[in-house]
Order: sequence, then C-alpha cells, then structure tokens
Amino acid sequence: MIKIQGLYKSFGDLEVLKGIDNEIKQKEIVCVIGPSGSGKSTFLRCINLLEEVTAGEIFIDGIKVNDEKTDINDIRTEVGMVFQQFNLFPHMRVLENITLAPKKIRKMNPKDADELARQLLEKVGLSDKAKAYPEQLSGGQQQRVAIARALAMKPKIMLFDEPTSALDPEMVKEVLDVMKQLALEGMTMVVVTHEMGFAREMGDRVLFLDQGLLVEEGKPDQLFNHPKHERTKAFLSKVL
Amino acid sequence: MISIDFLDIRLDVIWSYRELFVRGIGVTLALTLIGYIGGFLIGLLVALAKISKKKWIRIPAKYYVDFFRGTPLLVQILIIHVAVIPTIFGHSLGPFVSGIVALILNSAAYNAEIIRAGIQSIEKGQMEAARSLGMPSGVAMRTIILPQAFRRMVPPLGNELIALLKDSSLVMVIAVNDLLYAGKVVAGASFRTWEPYLTIAFLYLILTFIFSKIITYVEKRFSNSYVPSSRRRIFSFGRSKGVDSE
Ligand SMILES: Nc1ncnc2c1ncn2[C@@H]1O[C@H](COP(=O)(O)OP(=O)(O)OP(=O)(O)O)[C@@H](O)[C@H]1O
Ligand SMILES: [Mg+2]
Repeated sequence: MIKIQGLYKSFGDLEVLKGIDNEIKQKEIVCVIGPSGSGKSTFLRCINLLEEVTAGEIFIDGIKVNDEKTDINDIRTEVGMVFQQFNLFPHMRVLENITLAPKKIRKMNPKDADELARQLLEKVGLSDKAKAYPEQLSGGQQQRVAIARALAMKPKIMLFDEPTSALDPEMVKEVLDVMKQLALEGMTMVVVTHEMGFAREMGDRVLFLDQGLLVEEGKPDQLFNHPKHERTKAFLSKVL
Repeated sequence: MISIDFLDIRLDVIWSYRELFVRGIGVTLALTLIGYIGGFLIGLLVALAKISKKKWIRIPAKYYVDFFRGTPLLVQILIIHVAVIPTIFGHSLGPFVSGIVALILNSAAYNAEIIRAGIQSIEKGQMEAARSLGMPSGVAMRTIILPQAFRRMVPPLGNELIALLKDSSLVMVIAVNDLLYAGKVVAGASFRTWEPYLTIAFLYLILTFIFSKIITYVEKRFSNSYVPSSRRRIFSFGRSKGVDSE
C-alpha cells in the first residue's frame, strides 16, 4: 500500500533521513520508534509530503507521491494525519472541525457531513461535544476530535505522530483505545510512538530508526525481546 | 454673542463658517475610510505576496513596502499628484483622487506588514493540519489561517486607522478640502488664528475618540477566546494548546 524506496531527506546541510526502504501493506499497523531527533516525524511527514522529499521515491497504491504530475491534495485526502499537538482549528466548533474538509474538498452536502461527523464523534466517545470549541476540551478529547476529523475524509491510511506525547498520563488511554479500535477495524496505520505498550500489543511490525537510518525492524516480540543491533538494545534498555 | 475676554476667543466666527467645517469633516472621513478599506485590501494582497514562495512575487512586494514606509507621506502625495497621475492619465484627476490614491497606497504598505505578521503568528501546525486534510493552500489560508490571524491583527489595525485619520490631513498640501483645509480657509477669511485651528484640533480629537471607542469594542468582540459566552479580556499572542489550555 505504501512503498518507500531510498527515501533521503536533508534540511540544508543536515541529513535527517539517509536512505530508507520499506513497504507497508494494507491493514498493517506499523509502529516507528527511535530516539529524539532520529527522523521519525520527518519520515512520517514525507509520506504525505508535508516535507519535500530530497531523493528517493514514495508510492501510495502504486501512485508516485513525490512526482510533479501527482496532485498532492488528492493523495492527502487518502492519508489522514494526527499530530502531537492536535492542531484542531480553534475558531471552529468540534462539528465544523470535522465537517470542513468533507464539505470543502469532497463536496459533501452539509447534512450528510453533519451526519458523518456525529457518527465519528460517537465512535470516539464525544457525542456530547459537537457544539464545543476546542479550547473547552481536555487534551485527550481534543486528540480524539483530531482523529475523527482525519477519519471524516475516509482515508485509506492513517499517520500518527506521537499522538499521546502531549497528553497528561490519565488521558493517554482514551486516545490509545480509539486507535486500537481503529486498528481492529482494519485501518492501515503508521504510528510514531513512545508508547511501547501500544507497539507491543497492536503493532504488526516495529521499525527502529536511529540517526536517519532504519536500523532494525521486526515483529514486536522479536524486536523488543530479541533485538539484534547494539543500538536497538541500547535504546530499548533506556525506554523499557 | 458668546465671547471670552481672555485671548479674545470668538466662537461666533466659527459658527458662521460651520458649513465649511462640516464639509471638512465629511471629506476627512471619506479620505480615512476609503483610504483604510482600500489600504486594507491592497495590504492583504501585498502581505500574501510577501509570504509567497515565488521570488518574483515576493521581491516587488518587499520593495513596495520599503518604499512607502521609507519615504514621507507628504512626498508620496506630491509625487502622485503632480507626476504619477498626470503621467498615466494625461491630466490631473483632481486633488481628492490624488489624495485618496496616496493614502490607500501608503496605508496598504503599513497594513501589509501587520497582516503578514498576523499570518505568520499562526502556528505552523494549523496550515499543516489543513493541508494534511487535502485542502489546497488557498482554501486553507481563507478558512483556517486568515480568520485566526485577523483576530490578532485587530489592535494594530486599529492603531493604523487612527494614524491614517490624522495623516489624512497631509493632503491639504495639494488643496483637498478636508478638515485641516477648512481651518485654513476660515483662518484666511476671518483674519482669526486661534479659533479655526483650535476648532479643527478639537474636531480631530472627537473623531479619534469615536474611532478608538469603536476599535475597543471590536477588540473586545474578537478577544482571546473563541467561546462566545466566556470571552476573556486579556489579549495574548500564541494561544496555549493542549492539556494546559484550560
Ligand atoms: N523544518 C526543519 N528544518 C530544519 N531541521 C529540521 C526540520 N525538521 C526537523 N529538523 C531536524 O531533523 C532532525 C529529525 O527531526 P524529527 O522531528 O524527524 O525527529 P524525531 O525523531 O521526530 O524526534 P522527536 O522524537 O523529538 O519528535 C532533527 O535534528 C531536527 O532538528
Ligand atoms: Mg517527532
């Protein structure tokens, strides 16, 4: 579903991703772990071209993403993204946050969009918050709305960039639960996370990134319990 | 009639020229409001040009702003009236048109900087969230960035309005019949100095007072919080996000 070949990315002189190859299959849950600054976010952001790719190729459903001829907005409607800082639109109510893109981009009529939004809010357990403004919600609630907002475009793939890192501990679970539900429904997901518990339980595969390189990958059990590389061992000994 | 001995102020002189003053107020208000609205719209375009990724759009916008902010408005008024407009149209379009054009172009340069700063003060994540949903950048700018940015621009844009009201008096130099011009005419006709000029000073003061009241009202309407019932008063840039936002 996502095919990444020789992905290379630099910011000026700073090489952040130094040649990454990977293929993510439909319905696969891939967790990306690694130390701070290793390039996890950049990797994720290259997939939907929030960062311009310096070299290499990314294909989604066989379509080359980083191609002049590809309409990147079309690709992005198929790839939902959830950010660490939620990034809800503060000037809109929860319902409008969710319906805006379906109405503007998918040209969905307002009634259907509202109906869809209400279904999604129910799914993330926030049916009573449709009329609230983001600032009236807790962090965990905001993040769940952000997930609903991304799902409203009916994406085939969801990207999560440390979705629980900005949350107080007691709110982490409510967000992870929504993500688990999504995973069980068969969504293809790439999740950058520090939640090793989530990676272990839900991940089909875990990628360990360090200094811009994909150092090691494997099934969670294999990578967490029997890491092959020294760098993986060193990282895991710090976070587990 | 009313007369005050000290300085021998004679308000009856003013009263007999009241129509001139009223017309002056009208012209000054027209200059200010047309200049401001035009300056805002052009300023918005210039601001968008200044943050454009394309160099050939960005650079001219930068020179435009540098020129109009870096030279005296009085000089701009004269250049536009005696050189630019006659050159383009072959003849003068009258002092009022020249004055308006100068005020629009000048305030556009100042507004552009305010608008640009306002746009750039919005967290990058807002644009990224919008783009990640598949919105083209124009749609994201209109529906996500500008509505948030304008709230933050209200105070500096308000200051700009008041500055423009006062600066509009400079068009008197090309004989636009604004409020200052009325004062000058009355002074010449009545052989009085104190009364006409004090009168127009007082009238300008009333106008700026009314404007600042309106601005304060708008500022309150668009204060920090988006929640209609619980608008907080303190104006702050950089809204705190996340768990500590409440
Ligand atoms: N827009 C940018 N301009 C310049 N350098 C950048 C930019 N974005 C990221 N970097 C740099 O690229 C490197 C990788 O950043 P990235 O955000 O991908 O790391 P990360 O693995 O997500 O880290 P963290 O766990 O802290 O989120 C860092 O050194 C960072 O400073
Ligand atoms: Mg990151």
